[in-house]
Amino acid sequence: MSIHNPLAKRRYIIAGVALLFVLVYVMQLFNLQMLNPQYREYADSNAFLRRQLYPARGAIYDRKGNLLVYNRPTYDVMMVVREMDQFDTLDFCRTLNLDMERFHLLNAGMRDRRKNPGYSSYTPQLFLSQLDVEEYGLLQEKLYKFPGIYIQSRTERQYNYPNMGLILGYVAEVDKNKMAADPYYVRGDYVGKSGIELSHEEDLRGEKGVEILLRDAHGRVQGRYEDGRQDKAPVSGRDLTLGIDIALQAYGEQLMHNKVGSIVMIEPKTGEILCMISAPTYDPSLLTGKAFSANYQSLENNPYKPLINRAIAGTYPPGSTFKPTQGLIFLQEGVITTESRYSCYGGYPPLGGRPACHGHGSPLAIQYALSTSCNSFFCYGLNGMLSNRSKYATVGEAFDIWKDHLVKMGLGYPLGVDLPSEKRGFIPNSKFYSKVLKTDRWNAHNIISVAIGQGEILVTPLQLANLSALIANRGYYYTPHVVRERKSAVLEERFTTRHESGINREYYDVTVDGMADAVTKGTCRGINLAPFVEVCGKTGTAENPHGDDHSLFMGFAPKDDPQVAIAVIVENGRFGATNAVPIARLMMQQFFQGEIPESDQWLEKSIINREILPYVYTRNMPVK
Amino acid sequence: MVYQGSNEIEEKGMVDWITVLFYLGFVLLGWLNIYAASYDLENAAGLFDLSGRAGMQLVWMGTSLLLAFALIKIDVRFYETYAFLFYLVGIGLLLVTLLVAKEINGSRSWLIIGPVRLQPAEFMKFIIALALGKVFNSYGFRLMDRRNLLIVSAIILLPVFLVIAQSETGTALVYLSFILVLYREGLPGGFLFIGVAAIIYFILGIKFSDGQIGIISEGEFFTILVIIIFTASLVWSYMKRSDVFFMILLLAATTFLIAYIVSLSSVMIDWGVIAIIALSVTALYLLYLFFRYRRKSYIYIFLFLVSSFAFLESVEYVFNDVLQPHQQMRIKVTLGMEQDLSGAGYHVGQSKIAIGSGGFTGKGFLNGTQTKLKYVPEQDTDFIFCTIGEEHGFIGSTIILLLLLIFVLRLLHLAERQTTLFGRVYGYAVVSVFLFHLIINVGMVIGIMPVIGIPLPFFSYGGSSLWGFTILLFIFLRIDKSRKRT
Repeated sequence: MSIHNPLAKRRYIIAGVALLFVLVYVMQLFNLQMLNPQYREYADSNAFLRRQLYPARGAIYDRKGNLLVYNRPTYDVMMVVREMDQFDTLDFCRTLNLDMERFHLLNAGMRDRRKNPGYSSYTPQLFLSQLDVEEYGLLQEKLYKFPGIYIQSRTERQYNYPNMGLILGYVAEVDKNKMAADPYYVRGDYVGKSGIELSHEEDLRGEKGVEILLRDAHGRVQGRYEDGRQDKAPVSGRDLTLGIDIALQAYGEQLMHNKVGSIVMIEPKTGEILCMISAPTYDPSLLTGKAFSANYQSLENNPYKPLINRAIAGTYPPGSTFKPTQGLIFLQEGVITTESRYSCYGGYPPLGGRPACHGHGSPLAIQYALSTSCNSFFCYGLNGMLSNRSKYATVGEAFDIWKDHLVKMGLGYPLGVDLPSEKRGFIPNSKFYSKVLKTDRWNAHNIISVAIGQGEILVTPLQLANLSALIANRGYYYTPHVVRERKSAVLEERFTTRHESGINREYYDVTVDGMADAVTKGTCRGINLAPFVEVCGKTGTAENPHGDDHSLFMGFAPKDDPQVAIAVIVENGRFGATNAVPIARLMMQQFFQGEIPESDQWLEKSIINREILPYVYTRNMPVK
Repeated sequence: MVYQGSNEIEEKGMVDWITVLFYLGFVLLGWLNIYAASYDLENAAGLFDLSGRAGMQLVWMGTSLLLAFALIKIDVRFYETYAFLFYLVGIGLLLVTLLVAKEINGSRSWLIIGPVRLQPAEFMKFIIALALGKVFNSYGFRLMDRRNLLIVSAIILLPVFLVIAQSETGTALVYLSFILVLYREGLPGGFLFIGVAAIIYFILGIKFSDGQIGIISEGEFFTILVIIIFTASLVWSYMKRSDVFFMILLLAATTFLIAYIVSLSSVMIDWGVIAIIALSVTALYLLYLFFRYRRKSYIYIFLFLVSSFAFLESVEYVFNDVLQPHQQMRIKVTLGMEQDLSGAGYHVGQSKIAIGSGGFTGKGFLNGTQTKLKYVPEQDTDFIFCTIGEEHGFIGSTIILLLLLIFVLRLLHLAERQTTLFGRVYGYAVVSVFLFHLIINVGMVIGIMPVIGIPLPFFSYGGSSLWGFTILLFIFLRIDKSRKRT
């Protein structure tokens, strides 16, 4: 034919149409593949199922190597609904010891997308959680009979001792806030919620691994991405060893039975906490497993608040146990010397015998004042310091120097123990009083009760124990801590840094002598373990506006080369000598001898049986 | 150029090796991509494993090559001589299929003979092409004679109806692509223009059918404006009168201007009615021109206008009452009226994700996840282009697209160099089929065309389609081989 035919030109139109379409298509390809990177993400989120591989949580040992906390496997029953043909529901229920009603309830719960947003009939869905080993064994035997049923293992915390629930803390499923704050966590992860489990979460949790699986359009797993080359194996959590001696801890909890209060013992040379009792407390195994919610609820409703760790979160006026700090400050500031004597006539004379005092020789110097716990002496001291205008320009300046000394002794701020929710206590500064008294022109007599540990002063039992350790060390302390060793890691530097109080050693020596006298011939003779151990101590009786006075004791032993510092607080326990001192005595016996000598067994029995519970308003509250 | 001698059939020429190389390349690439698309991650079958798709495709490829060889060896006169016989057999097979076929995937197009499953509709493509070639080559044939037009239409439309009855709408549309052949052989461009206009009316009418302007929908309103512009353009194009073109636009604009002025005097104006008035003014003006100049073309353009309006008014009816819901949905999704990613839009959505995730260079052979994990439907048949896009990226898919374009242009070149009308008509039929498949299949996969299930030639898995395309192509190469050379 002929290309002169005008119709032959139409081939160019046809070619043009073809060209046009291909051009448009190339542009669309450019648009899809070059301008829209989100398609890659869509494809990846379609195809990759990142399955978490959970590491074993670290175990926890006590200072003598006793295993306290470990992991126990539990088993979850998973269901793939699509694979469940010819399913013998009756046999299944019998195996798991379920009745039909509960089966249908669980089944409905699993399929309910409101409760289980990720439901799919193609993928394993959680049907029943936390089978124990026996249940697991029964099911495993018959598993071949139940198509579509799978068992997934998890781990659960297991406790060897029913003690120190408050210190160990508990683990539970991670909540939304935590997930938002830390991208490490995803829904369903377990995380430490309190105690060591929370404060050492990063040690204990280890590192999750991940397995990248390929998932088809129905959600079924089709294999491993690149044969697992991109997978990451989980790294087990770090084991922790505590400074706590479980025997001592258990014994302390036993002594504090039916009482409210706290015992803290610290090894002064290291700052390791030997025991930390907060009463009432709870058995940590209550907060594991299926009964978690019920038990948690009942603990939370308990009027004595067993979920509060009073050793670090209870704040108390220290009462007379505060006096050693006062003596030290006055000596260091040169307000008094070791020989300065003040008179006491059964009370502080400048204020008409208030605060009152008790019978002892007068006038008296610091050592004797400590052993007899004379109120007047320390009131004179505070007044002498705050009204010394040749040394301090204003009362405020003097008071703030006073306050700085106390802060250096570890009071007024959280010590930084490795436990969550530590309270700071309270040491006021001059601004505080200027505000409260609405003038800058106040003097020592307006606030005289702080000199004897009353008034606004508040400390935690841990701070008090730390103060004992500071005095025992004659001037320094290490931040108290419960964890003494982290497996294959060093202890944090803040726990191995020595904190100096800035007060001369000679002043400590006289203070220690005073506290030794208090034990041998003063207010706390009840803890005199001579000649076996030379104990130094100071009692306290803190006024409590809500009821009976709190009974306090702080001390350490032996006097030379101290091994242990202790603080005991018994709420509403009246005089320090009544309850705190005998408890401290028994704890010392237990610490040094590992048992209670026969001569003290009547005391032990008496203390254990003592019930000192403050009155609580319990209307509409179940009383246990 | 001109016939030399009468019936010379002495073979001197060579098969067009360029086309054969393209063919072999495509089939080979198709085979690799079928292997990738159907690759099972857990128990991967080998490339040559007959239990896998790739292995089966290898069988189809082998038989296709034998078929191709045989087709080249057969005397060229055989095809033209028996064209009508083929046609009768083809129609007969379609009828038989319609009667005996069981439903597979919603269509009744498979003929099962023992272990072999065949789709006669695939083979009907070359049969219609041969029949068309023979008709055009008959002595004194003029396309625009009414009788010839009728015969040609019948040859095309009869199988179209039979295949639609088998629920293979896609294949029926392929047959309709033969209108390109008619266009090349003298069908006035106006027919194609009418077809394009109808598609534009349809798209506008459906896409904007939700909004309302006065008594008519937004779609109708815009379409009326387009009709007026088309009418004016036709006058310019056929009558060469630009003054009339501007006059028509001026009249329409004046109508709207008057309406606007009236509306200022706080009279409520129904803009839908105004649009219809503007259209009527245009129609009356055309009638006036016809009576003034007595030129028939004015009355044809007038008829174009009227039937356009009638078509527009019936579009909504056709869409809502003739099309089936899933077809309506596919069209709506393509027009961007629905964003239903879990329903009808799911397949196209996943297909776009697959291609888009390939990026510039792709994920690499066998590394595509979208297709292997079956997010894309029909990943080794109709949606095979997804695998290319996902694993070979923008580079790979563009190269394949360009190669297919060059292939079609090469066929166009071959068709045009034919020395017999039979050869040229057949050649253009081949071009039409491949071009249509290319445009519809790739357009569907990348989300520009509605989902019409037709394969990508040589790439998609399937014996019938590979055989069908091979036969179609190699008969053409056979005819080309014995063309007269100067």
